[in-house]
Amino acid sequence: MKYLDEFRNGETAQKLVAEIRRTVTRPWSIMEVCGGQTHSIIRHGIDQILPDEIELLHGPGCPVCVTPLEIIDQAFAIAARPNVIFCSFGDMLRVPGSHGDLFSVKSQGADVRIVYSPLDALNLAKQEPDREVVFFAIGFETTAPANAMAVKLAHSQGVDNFSVLVSHVLVPPAIEAIMNSPTNRVQAFLAAGHVCSVMGYWQYPELSERHQVPIVVTGFEPLDILDGIRHAVIQLEAGRACVENPFHRVVAFEGNQSAQQLINEVFEVCDRSWRGIGNIPNSGFRLRDHFTKYDATSRFNVTTTTTSVTSPCRSGEVLQGTLKPHECEAFGTTCTPRTPLGATMVSSEGACAAYYNYGRLIDIETQA
Amino acid sequence: MNSPESAYFKGSNCPIPLQDYPQIVMGHGSGGKLSADLVEHLFLPAFRNDCLNQLGDSAVVEVGSHRLAFSTDSYVVRPLFFPNANIGDLAVNGTINDLAMSGAHPLFLSASFILEEGFAMESLATIVQTMSAAAKRAGVQIVTGDTKVVDRGHGDGCYINTSGIGVVPAGVQIAASRAQPGDAILVSGTIADHGMAIMSVREGLEFEAPIKSDTAALHGLVESILNVCPETHVLRDPTRGGIASSLNEIATASGIGVALKDSAIPVNPVVRSACELLGLDPLFVANEGKLIAIVPADKAEDVLSAMHQHELGQQAAIIGHVTSDHPNLVVSRTTLGASRIVSMQIGEQLPRIC
Repeated sequence: MKYLDEFRNGETAQKLVAEIRRTVTRPWSIMEVCGGQTHSIIRHGIDQILPDEIELLHGPGCPVCVTPLEIIDQAFAIAARPNVIFCSFGDMLRVPGSHGDLFSVKSQGADVRIVYSPLDALNLAKQEPDREVVFFAIGFETTAPANAMAVKLAHSQGVDNFSVLVSHVLVPPAIEAIMNSPTNRVQAFLAAGHVCSVMGYWQYPELSERHQVPIVVTGFEPLDILDGIRHAVIQLEAGRACVENPFHRVVAFEGNQSAQQLINEVFEVCDRSWRGIGNIPNSGFRLRDHFTKYDATSRFNVTTTTTSVTSPCRSGEVLQGTLKPHECEAFGTTCTPRTPLGATMVSSEGACAAYYNYGRLIDIETQA
Repeated sequence: MNSPESAYFKGSNCPIPLQDYPQIVMGHGSGGKLSADLVEHLFLPAFRNDCLNQLGDSAVVEVGSHRLAFSTDSYVVRPLFFPNANIGDLAVNGTINDLAMSGAHPLFLSASFILEEGFAMESLATIVQTMSAAAKRAGVQIVTGDTKVVDRGHGDGCYINTSGIGVVPAGVQIAASRAQPGDAILVSGTIADHGMAIMSVREGLEFEAPIKSDTAALHGLVESILNVCPETHVLRDPTRGGIASSLNEIATASGIGVALKDSAIPVNPVVRSACELLGLDPLFVANEGKLIAIVPADKAEDVLSAMHQHELGQQAAIIGHVTSDHPNLVVSRTTLGASRIVSMQIGEQLPRIC
């Protein structure tokens, strides 16, 4: 992998910051949509070097964080079945359900495995024809093509012991929901570069126009993020609101069309409940009727699982950018990565975990 | 409070951190916070004594006029064979390194094998030959051992435990609690090689160039360091949990702050790419042939050049210093000139989704 150092160069970063500083005349609140961007901002300390006028609000783009409790509980119920091999991305294993996390389910004897791709789970199903292999298909549009591919291949290859527990969510309806919220403070968005690499950004001009909000397609490296902020600030200061794509080395307007085609073939848009936020219309994917036989919820009949929410977790406010992680009374006290109350404290893309792990509760200066 | 688990938490044990986990989870073996909880709240209260309380990589005990370093470690790596090495190298080098981190000259090892029914004799022979070669290279003898076989399905082929004894030279006082504000912090080479080598094989990931484990016996390098700086304060081999966990342990044990500079920490570019790809932080990834040395600032350059002259320290670097500014915290300066806290990992580092 090249380009790591180039997009983390301290001198170029200072030049970008200087330009932002020269441009900005008053306070602006900009939301980075994706949790990967939040992580990068906190890890590299981008928020520390920006002028005080710029406030970064951390968005809902953490797939682990927004997966609703009932789906996580369904996952645990399926994973606990004796004949099941439950496959998940690693990030999901420590997310608390109503009762413990997947690591706990595993320690009680469930066969829970970390995979890097849904195709690994599909291969496992072929190797273990007498077991039921279930893949936890969560994520935004970024992971949807691979998940669609796994289901399509299972279908064409007749791998009947494979199924998926789907909890896919979509970015544009989330942006819409945030803009429609009465408590909204977001004045510009940094759109999630990885999602746009799949979906393009053809859905954004209408959103930007209707809500008069700048949307800048932004990558994940420090210089990408600073450049995204620079574009947003220039628009805000000029009173403009349009869609820009400084992340053009990766993202094209129309996106990856064969990936979109694959998604459309396997999934259809549905309403989704987002953990901490609630139901957002047309904000998710479910399997099309043609593929329902690969739907783990019906195969294992877990749709009636009851959940119990007693936690004081305020991740919904964090995910909508109305509360900073360290402003939550549970942050760092009753809620830590070791004893998380919500998924935002667990996932590497969760804002609370980023704040906790990189020490954003403590004001420190070093001269290393 | 009448459940069988709660019986564990009586007496001097602090119950809170362990009661969150009525069962052992994988994170308890990760070398991070959960492992530390087990040690602090279960093992230490039960076994407490002056030697154990030091929580060094090895215990240093006085026998007559000699000071002996004594250490034990179990090896449960999967897969057993990986680029550049196998579990046998780890079992010999790992325990030698635990001894060396007390400044000890390692002398004798034990080797216990827990073998799974059905394990290939040829694989065992390869592992044993590897151990023999590694011991010979390091100048230590394997003087006692044990073999047990467990039923098929009750082990991962082969587990190995080794214990070791070494002699600590007179005048050498190395402990995690001895870091002083102003001290320089050095690392003996590129970090995260071993952990990523294991992961690349375990997960079938292929990179531009194969990532090799860095497993090596470090006592020779330690001798080179002690030759130029017998007053070395701390040595640590950052295995599980990586340099982040080791530095956090040192910060806590010494009650000091650690100030790092991201750009000064040597990472092989292929390893760095692999970490980026999987969303892992190299600071938390295991090493098996690297050490952290904390020495008085005026000796830093001497120690650095002594390391550079040793074959296992050619990429050594000064990565930061000890400070009194933020006790118990490890803080790193990012390439952008901002700072971040490098906290202790909770359990296992988990690959991200996208």
